[in-house]
Amino acid sequence: MTFLLEIGCEEIPDWMLAGALEYLGAAVGKVAGVSSLRTDATPRRLVVRAEGLQEREPDSEDRVWGPAKGAPAGAVAGFAKKQGVAPEQLEVLSDGKAEKYSYVRHTPGRAMADILSEALPVLILKTPFPKTMYWPGKGGPRFIRPIRWIVALAGDAVIPFEIAGVKSGNESSGHRRLGAARFPVTYGDYEQRLRENFVIVSAAERRARIRAVPTKYKCDNPLLDTLVNLTEWPTPITGAFDEEFLSLPAEVLSTVMRYHQKYFSVEDADGRLAAKFVAVTNTDGDPEGLIRKGNERVLRARFNDARFFWDADQKKKLADRVQDLANVTFQAKLGTYLEKTERVAALVKRLGGDANGVRAAQLSKADLTTELVKEFTELQGIIGGLYARAQGETEEVATAIYDHYKPASMEDSIPRTPAGQLLSIADKLDTLRGCFEAGLIPSGSKDPFALRRAAQGIVKIIVEGGWKLPLGELLADSQVREFFLERVRHYFRDFAYDEVNAALASGWDDLVDVKERLLALREVRTTENFEPVAAGFKRIKNILRQAGPEFKAGEVDPALLEPGPETELYSTATGVKDRLAPLPYRGKLEAIGEMRPAIDLFFDRVMVNASDPAVRQNRLTLLHMMLAEFSTIADFSEIVTSTQEK
Amino acid sequence: MPTFQEIVFQLKKYWGERGCIIQEPYDVEVGAGTSCPETFLRALGPKPYRTAYVQPSRRPADGRYGDNPNRLYKHMQLQVILKPTPADVIEQYMGSLEALGIDLSKHDLKLEEDNWENPSLGAWGVGWQVMLDGLEITQFTYFQQCGGIDLDLVPAEITYGLERLTAFLQGVDSVYDIEWTPGVKYREVRYKDELQYSVYNFETAHVPTLWQLFEIHEAEAKRLLGLYKETEDKARFPLLPTYDHVLKCSNLFNTLDARGAISVTERVGVIGRIRRLAVGVAESWVEQPREKRMIQ
Repeated sequence: MTFLLEIGCEEIPDWMLAGALEYLGAAVGKVAGVSSLRTDATPRRLVVRAEGLQEREPDSEDRVWGPAKGAPAGAVAGFAKKQGVAPEQLEVLSDGKAEKYSYVRHTPGRAMADILSEALPVLILKTPFPKTMYWPGKGGPRFIRPIRWIVALAGDAVIPFEIAGVKSGNESSGHRRLGAARFPVTYGDYEQRLRENFVIVSAAERRARIRAVPTKYKCDNPLLDTLVNLTEWPTPITGAFDEEFLSLPAEVLSTVMRYHQKYFSVEDADGRLAAKFVAVTNTDGDPEGLIRKGNERVLRARFNDARFFWDADQKKKLADRVQDLANVTFQAKLGTYLEKTERVAALVKRLGGDANGVRAAQLSKADLTTELVKEFTELQGIIGGLYARAQGETEEVATAIYDHYKPASMEDSIPRTPAGQLLSIADKLDTLRGCFEAGLIPSGSKDPFALRRAAQGIVKIIVEGGWKLPLGELLADSQVREFFLERVRHYFRDFAYDEVNAALASGWDDLVDVKERLLALREVRTTENFEPVAAGFKRIKNILRQAGPEFKAGEVDPALLEPGPETELYSTATGVKDRLAPLPYRGKLEAIGEMRPAIDLFFDRVMVNASDPAVRQNRLTLLHMMLAEFSTIADFSEIVTSTQEK
Repeated sequence: MPTFQEIVFQLKKYWGERGCIIQEPYDVEVGAGTSCPETFLRALGPKPYRTAYVQPSRRPADGRYGDNPNRLYKHMQLQVILKPTPADVIEQYMGSLEALGIDLSKHDLKLEEDNWENPSLGAWGVGWQVMLDGLEITQFTYFQQCGGIDLDLVPAEITYGLERLTAFLQGVDSVYDIEWTPGVKYREVRYKDELQYSVYNFETAHVPTLWQLFEIHEAEAKRLLGLYKETEDKARFPLLPTYDHVLKCSNLFNTLDARGAISVTERVGVIGRIRRLAVGVAESWVEQPREKRMIQ
């Protein structure tokens, strides 16, 4: 049997379609007992289709137990009557404890249509949306927007149910302006009938239609997804704007097109912004050019606004705006942006920033008072950088300001210049430490000040920019330290977790060094000596732990060493120790690996807990020396060896 | 090509034919048609209601001395309230555009998510901005709460930005070039408003006086809300005049804000003060005995 569900809804926000479909597919599949479903969505419909549904559930049988064998006839007759069978149909069987009257009850499976009719209305209203509304009044159902029609078919039959006065049926609805308001559909002709009514059900096909525009535009996948989910019959059109607007910064023009108008930018052969755009309409074409003209006029107004703001902003230089930041709150508990500016500038200086770096820090937040940033907040920093350049600041200052909000994510690149990197680190570090100090600490999914992103950005810049910073000193607060360490782990998530644990346990004041150690560890991990040596170190650590606090390591006394495996381990270890210094990490690790036979032999033949306390003390000291000397790259005891995993 | 006033006539006629009471603008200054008692208070309670009216809306911070072709201190909204929302509300709305002579089969219409919230009124809803050929011409909102109270019947609020809509229909780039009535441009009617209110709001408004006025209206609204709590004869209590004082506070706040007299930290606090008053009025309004009220 086939299944078709179409929830007809007023325009669903584009970014919510995927989540709704994921839920609906799984939920319907579970109820209908099918694993392969097809889900589709347009702004006005959520669609689930499936084949191979059972007409009804299989019949079931179970044995019902009645009175004991010796029960009075009345009780037996009563049991039979209650079960709706004649007394002679009962059997006497043992239930394992006693002989009893019983009978096998047959329950016919319910019709799938009945199951769905009961389950669907509940299941539909449980669709998780980030923000729902109720309608038509208090106590009404909650959904993303009002549901206006429902198609629910099992085979050819309507699965009857109702949500907020809307009865399920077999009638769908077409494109708002180009299609019929109501028309019947079947499982077989569903896509075709919708197509006749200017609705393309398949998102892949809508995407292909958008991609088919003759103008070559810069493909921006998130924008493309948005447009696929905003349209039922997408048709791209190409418009143009006056070339004189190209004198405005490309960043401003692209932002207006991308974020305010949902247009694709067009580049010329040299990769420069061209005076064109691609808009995606929800229509079948624009033969008279009315839509193009309308969009061009809107863009012109937007660009005029931007130019108006740009010109107005030039009347006051960034440097003269810094004092105005005293009126802009950074955060109630953390004071104004002027105070933040001063802190960040001081931090840049302390971290070794030069005059340009400090100047960039002083000007970095001044663009928050400009009209253009008030209008296009997503351009903060970028606008500051552009203004700095236009106002005669050095290129280094301008670039540092321009980049200082970077990286916006793990995937984004870090600021291009050292000054920009340092400014970005200082700005983020100030926010991070300030918020923790004020008790504004992220918990669970709540991170209103984006501190995770800030900390992540610092880690990324330090590692990828190759910065040597006194992290231990900068992150003195233990809570900040712990929070930051989480971000360090996240940054190194492509390494095996035990290698990361091992490397971090040997210190992480210098993250560039952590990465080098990790790379060396990963290379050496697969060599034959590595894991056995790691296991040996784990054993050493355990022995020392068991020795307890009364054991105090001193100097190894070679005279107390027992000739054979013990002296051999001592001489091997001291030999390796002496040649480590000039080696790169990989070489160091390999050298440590070469101690394997000596370590193995030692544990094979030597009893650490010797009866003579002096010998015992000396052996523990030897092990302690090994642990101390050879754990600076990684704490090998953190390595999960294959024998442990079994 | 319809003139500005013909568009107003046309929309009023269209919605009047669909059961709306056509009101004239409210005579206390507001930032949006939503703040008018016709929307804010009538949205509350279980009685169905339909109304439409033009509301000049004052946004002191948006003033640009009449220099910017798209930004106005005072723009005109046509506000429609349909309570409860009819099932074909969007079709009815599209019909209003057709009634203005827009052939929707030749244009691109999209409903893009845009939720609405007015923190100083404790009001919010979900909805869309309606985009016509890339231009936002209407805000469409399903109210969920007013004055912090869940609404018994969910109204649809349709707010047309009249200047934008007219500029679109007349194909002009500046609102000042809109033809208000044959031979008269928008500039001739409104330029002085824009210039003089911008000068006042940004330059000449006396901040201590505005604060004083704010406090006077706040105190009066508070006093009245206190009286309402104590009075036995609630049915005839002047809640509508009380609400006028709340609106006065709101406009004074907006003016002070445009003047740069309110720091971001203070902002939250002042908004909270207005919200407490608005919530107080809304709660009293819902509770006020109904028989003395013509509607609601």
